[in-house]
Amino acid sequence: MSGKKKFKIMDHELVPKHEVVKPEEAVRILKELGVRPENLPWIRASDPVVKEIGAKPGDIIRIERRSPTTGKIIVYRFVVAG
Amino acid sequence: MSEQKLIGGIKFGILSPDMIRKMSATAIVTSEVYDENGLPVEGGVMDPRLGVIEPGQKCATCGNTLARCPGHFGHLELARPVIHIGFVRHIYDLLRATCRRCGRLKIPDEEIDRYLDLYNRLKDKWPQLASSLTDFVKRKAIKAMECPHCGEKQFKIRLEKPTTFIEEGPLGRLWPTKVREWLERIPDRDLRVLGYDPEFARPEWMVITVLPVPPIAVRPSILLETGIRSEDDLTHKLVDIIRTNEKLRESINSGAPEVIVEDLWELLQYHITTYIDNEVPGVPPAKRRSGMPLRTLAQRLKGKEGRFRGNLSGKRVDFSARTVISPDPNLSINEVGVPIEVAMILTVPERVTPWNIDELRKYVLNGPYRYPGANYIIDNTGRRIDLRFIKDLKAIAESLKPGYIVERHLINGDIVLFNRQPSLHRMSIMAHIVRVLPGRTFRLHLAVCPPYNADFDGDEMNLHVPQTIEARAEAKILLLVQEHILSPRYGGPIIGGIQDYSSGAYLLSSKVTLLTKDQVSDLLASINYSGEIPEPAVLSPIKAWSGKQIISLLLPEDFNFSKEAKISSGNLKCTDEECFWDSYLVVKRGKLLLGVLDKAAIGAQQPESLLHFLVREYGTSFGKEFMDKAFKLFLRFIEMRGFTMSIVDIMIPEEAYKEIEEVIVKVRKEIEHLIQLYKEGKLEPTPGRTLRESLEIKILEVLSRARDEAGERATKYLDPFNNVFIMAKTGARGSTLNITQMAAMLGQQSVRGQRIHRGYRGRTLPHFKRGDIGPEARGFVSGSFVKGLSPIEMFFHAAGGREGLVDTAVRTSQSGYMQRRLINALQDLRVEYDGTVRSVYGHLIQFRYGEDGIDPKNTSFGKAVNVERIIEKHVGWRK
Ligand SMILES: [Mg+2]
Ligand SMILES: [Zn+2]
Ligand SMILES: [Zn+2]
Repeated sequence: MSGKKKFKIMDHELVPKHEVVKPEEAVRILKELGVRPENLPWIRASDPVVKEIGAKPGDIIRIERRSPTTGKIIVYRFVVAG
Repeated sequence: MSEQKLIGGIKFGILSPDMIRKMSATAIVTSEVYDENGLPVEGGVMDPRLGVIEPGQKCATCGNTLARCPGHFGHLELARPVIHIGFVRHIYDLLRATCRRCGRLKIPDEEIDRYLDLYNRLKDKWPQLASSLTDFVKRKAIKAMECPHCGEKQFKIRLEKPTTFIEEGPLGRLWPTKVREWLERIPDRDLRVLGYDPEFARPEWMVITVLPVPPIAVRPSILLETGIRSEDDLTHKLVDIIRTNEKLRESINSGAPEVIVEDLWELLQYHITTYIDNEVPGVPPAKRRSGMPLRTLAQRLKGKEGRFRGNLSGKRVDFSARTVISPDPNLSINEVGVPIEVAMILTVPERVTPWNIDELRKYVLNGPYRYPGANYIIDNTGRRIDLRFIKDLKAIAESLKPGYIVERHLINGDIVLFNRQPSLHRMSIMAHIVRVLPGRTFRLHLAVCPPYNADFDGDEMNLHVPQTIEARAEAKILLLVQEHILSPRYGGPIIGGIQDYSSGAYLLSSKVTLLTKDQVSDLLASINYSGEIPEPAVLSPIKAWSGKQIISLLLPEDFNFSKEAKISSGNLKCTDEECFWDSYLVVKRGKLLLGVLDKAAIGAQQPESLLHFLVREYGTSFGKEFMDKAFKLFLRFIEMRGFTMSIVDIMIPEEAYKEIEEVIVKVRKEIEHLIQLYKEGKLEPTPGRTLRESLEIKILEVLSRARDEAGERATKYLDPFNNVFIMAKTGARGSTLNITQMAAMLGQQSVRGQRIHRGYRGRTLPHFKRGDIGPEARGFVSGSFVKGLSPIEMFFHAAGGREGLVDTAVRTSQSGYMQRRLINALQDLRVEYDGTVRSVYGHLIQFRYGEDGIDPKNTSFGKAVNVERIIEKHVGWRK
């Protein structure tokens, strides 16, 4: 390999769209769901996608993915250290 | 009144020697148990101060009688300490993580401060992270080969399973005394970083110096019929421990040589280890005289019959019955037949009111031995009167007053829960309505066999009687059989026709079926039909009705439906209304116009069928009603017509055998040719396979073609509308393959998808030459079940058949365990009102149930909205 072009995991067709949620919006989402952040499903800060989008522990990530039952679904993850 | 308190929390810790002494009622000092008069010895393991065991006695410790004395611990001072087998891992880690001289954690002070601070912040909110931190600290400390506090050089420590620690340095073997001294030196603060709470769990307490002796109530002795007293396993083990302890103390005091002392010490370690856990790897289990391993502390808790799974998660209940099941097609699918004998033991508590007092009086008057009677009365003071011991039932019946409770026998119309193990899904327990019947078996409708996975080859089922009106209401609304016709697994009906129902439906709806007025009356009488009889389909020479007309009487007037029948395959295939073979089902405005009913229309586990849409669109009550009536009709018709299977249904003429022989000869030649090619190396290999594998694949191909061809040639001599074919085509039972195997040939037998090749060296049986890879030598069976098998063929068939048996045996155990783990993980999840799925701890599992918020029970095949069906339902056609 030449090492010139770095492979971006976000470009892979099986990796769904991930984005960090802005703090104001995160508050709104948490309120809507009626949960504390740690009650969301977790994702580790060492997860390649998390590193890629630059999320830090404590952040909330929005994932928009395709689903065989609904077509599209939005889920959230809470970033934890590790 | 005693004071009531709420439990705020539970803290687990390790008992300290001081604690053990403090809670002890007495020191155990002698291995003697009973004196010559048979009385328990004071200071022995059956010391009366450990609690009352016989009724009427007063406790020497707490002064209570049997019912109120909780039992009291004693204690045994050990002559030398021993390792607690349950803590070996912890001790091993601590020894390696701390300094052999100063006992400090082998991590510099500043780092300890930092980790401790982090740990304290993590431990409440992120327990998982806290434990991975302590793990990390521990691993780091173990790696250090020099103490950062005193500079002492460290040595490797080895654990010789199960309880021996050895330092590969000057200390050598670390006897428990040494281990204890070492653990004592570890300061509290260092322990905290490792996740210990030293106030409740000092590591030196993991080395036992004082052994708690449990109360007698924990290990009761049983008096056998012969008058001999038999002691509990724990008591035996305790006596062993005390005896060894005595010997050890004596030899220490008498200054015996160190070797002898050490031997006894190890023996004491063995006894205490097996006392705690008799299944430690590497330790021979302690056995009874009969050779049975003892059931000691860990064995009482562990496993399926242990305290947790056997006694706390699973309990035995009252108001239940179990017996063999048998079929009864005359019941409703909602009903269960209960033997009178059972109905006279199971009771329903009914509160006396002015409205039911007369009826309840009758039950009381009948008493416990006349059906329908009552077994108990509870008066308004709560006193329970057992009617078995009442001489004057009349007087007691007179004395009934509103507010009393009568526990009356089970009667028709009561609601009960019915269950068959293994209860793998929710339809394994359903509510049924009682029908008290003579006989000794539970009876159920055949349509409910699929959800229970029941058959009648000796299956037994359980029955439970709900005891409160709330429970009865809940059972009726949520658990009643009709509410489970549609399965949450795939949305189709899991309750429906099986076997003869399919054949019967086919025969009745077949277009050749014409019924006389008498027959129509007979059929309709069997379902208590009281409406009008339609105009006959045929007027002359005699009035005759078609089966389709009769079935139409049970369909809703606005029902439209069309679908391929099960028989629509091969040369009977039809895909639309223009169907000569009557294999395309069409219902318009509640009239069955075309096609036959068979498994695809009324069968169980057939999604998007006639039955499915009837239940889905007209409700569960209608579904129940339809099944009760239609299924009775099908059976009545099959009874009228007669239905059986006999050998002539699968007998083929001589010339058919000749044809089969031709096929076999042809195939043998083909295979000889293949083998020839193989031996010459000219065989074309299949990609990714060796030459040998390619040959096998090709041979299998040829042989399977041979069976199909033989089947085709033979079955063309059979009547395609005989009873066996009807069963196969309508999906009632059996397949065309089964028919082929009965009439023509069994074909190639296989084990693990390969021709049978194992057995002797180079051959399957000694009847063949070594290296023979021809069809017969590798399990090709040219005989049929009608013709009979040769001994060799019979052997190959048995070899192939066994694989199936082994597979099912292995699969059930594996899937059973997987099911257990899945259920344990998922049982506390629930769908909240906002549509999310959450655990009991409030963790979000799914943001919307199933990602679409749809209950598969109310879908057709997972589709929430089935547009095609909606159009068909209202317009009467599709596509
Ligand atoms: Mg069975
Ligand atoms: Zn007591
Ligand atoms: Zn040190």
